[in-house]
Amino acid sequence: MRNKEEMREYVEKDAEENDYYLCPDDDLLEDLIEGLVENEKRYGYPSCPCREASGTKTYDSDITCPCEYRDADVEEFGMCYCGLFVSKEVNEDPSKLGPIPERRPDEVIKAAEEAKGKGYDKKVVSEAPSVEEDIEVWRCTVCGYLAARDTPPPVCPICKAKAEKFEKFKGFS
Amino acid sequence: MNSTTKVEGSNDERDVKVFTISTCGWCKKVKKMLKEMDVEYHYVDIDQLEGEESKRIKEELEDYNPKKSCPTMVIDDGEHVIIGYKEEEIKEVLGDEE
Ligand code: SF4
Repeated sequence: MRNKEEMREYVEKDAEENDYYLCPDDDLLEDLIEGLVENEKRYGYPSCPCREASGTKTYDSDITCPCEYRDADVEEFGMCYCGLFVSKEVNEDPSKLGPIPERRPDEVIKAAEEAKGKGYDKKVVSEAPSVEEDIEVWRCTVCGYLAARDTPPPVCPICKAKAEKFEKFKGFS
Repeated sequence: MNSTTKVEGSNDERDVKVFTISTCGWCKKVKKMLKEMDVEYHYVDIDQLEGEESKRIKEELEDYNPKKSCPTMVIDDGEHVIIGYKEEEIKEVLGDEE
């Protein structure tokens, strides 16, 4: 668990590596960093402070900071959904900070909400055989879609099956 | 159980309810702004709810805002709904007309 200073260093480093700036509104920046610390304490990972977490890691992986939607949002609106990461332009003119639309798809929000408190993660982990490779490949048991990532996607982008329908893929035999 | 919190204010002409997330910076901005404007309001932190109450309040929020994003401000039972920290709009709707 990181404290506030460690969390600040973490986001500072990430901003630097990606050529982003941190929120130019100091009060908002403080609140967001505190929110990340609080969420890491609550859930075990720094879930987005401005979104409701399900508390089930698999379903929150897309909104764990920095979230999957950040780059597209900074590109389009000059800031991520929370305003923690901003473009050079917004950094120079903080009046451009403001609410932007939620990019997280409705079906993902819904799936995460349904997963709340159900502990799907345990199921996914206990059924998974131990695999040595660094990157996991997940196969959707409904449509066969393959996804290379640490955790199964919350919802299959092809057939919309939920995370628990994914299993670890062990190669074509 | 009732997790809705009332914040007193002398400007109580309109019924103001805000759906918020306890860790969200923009939600804090809305709360602060209402306080500064001395508006009486209710808020509920949707990330702090459990079970039946969570379900009920989430459904209520969904009626006003299908994305269920926060902050969502509901004025006079939905006569006016403001999604996000829209400073100008909040001022316009809740400010004192002098
Ligand atoms: S919206 Fe910003 S603060 Fe929230 S998770 Fe994404 S990158 Fe982090």
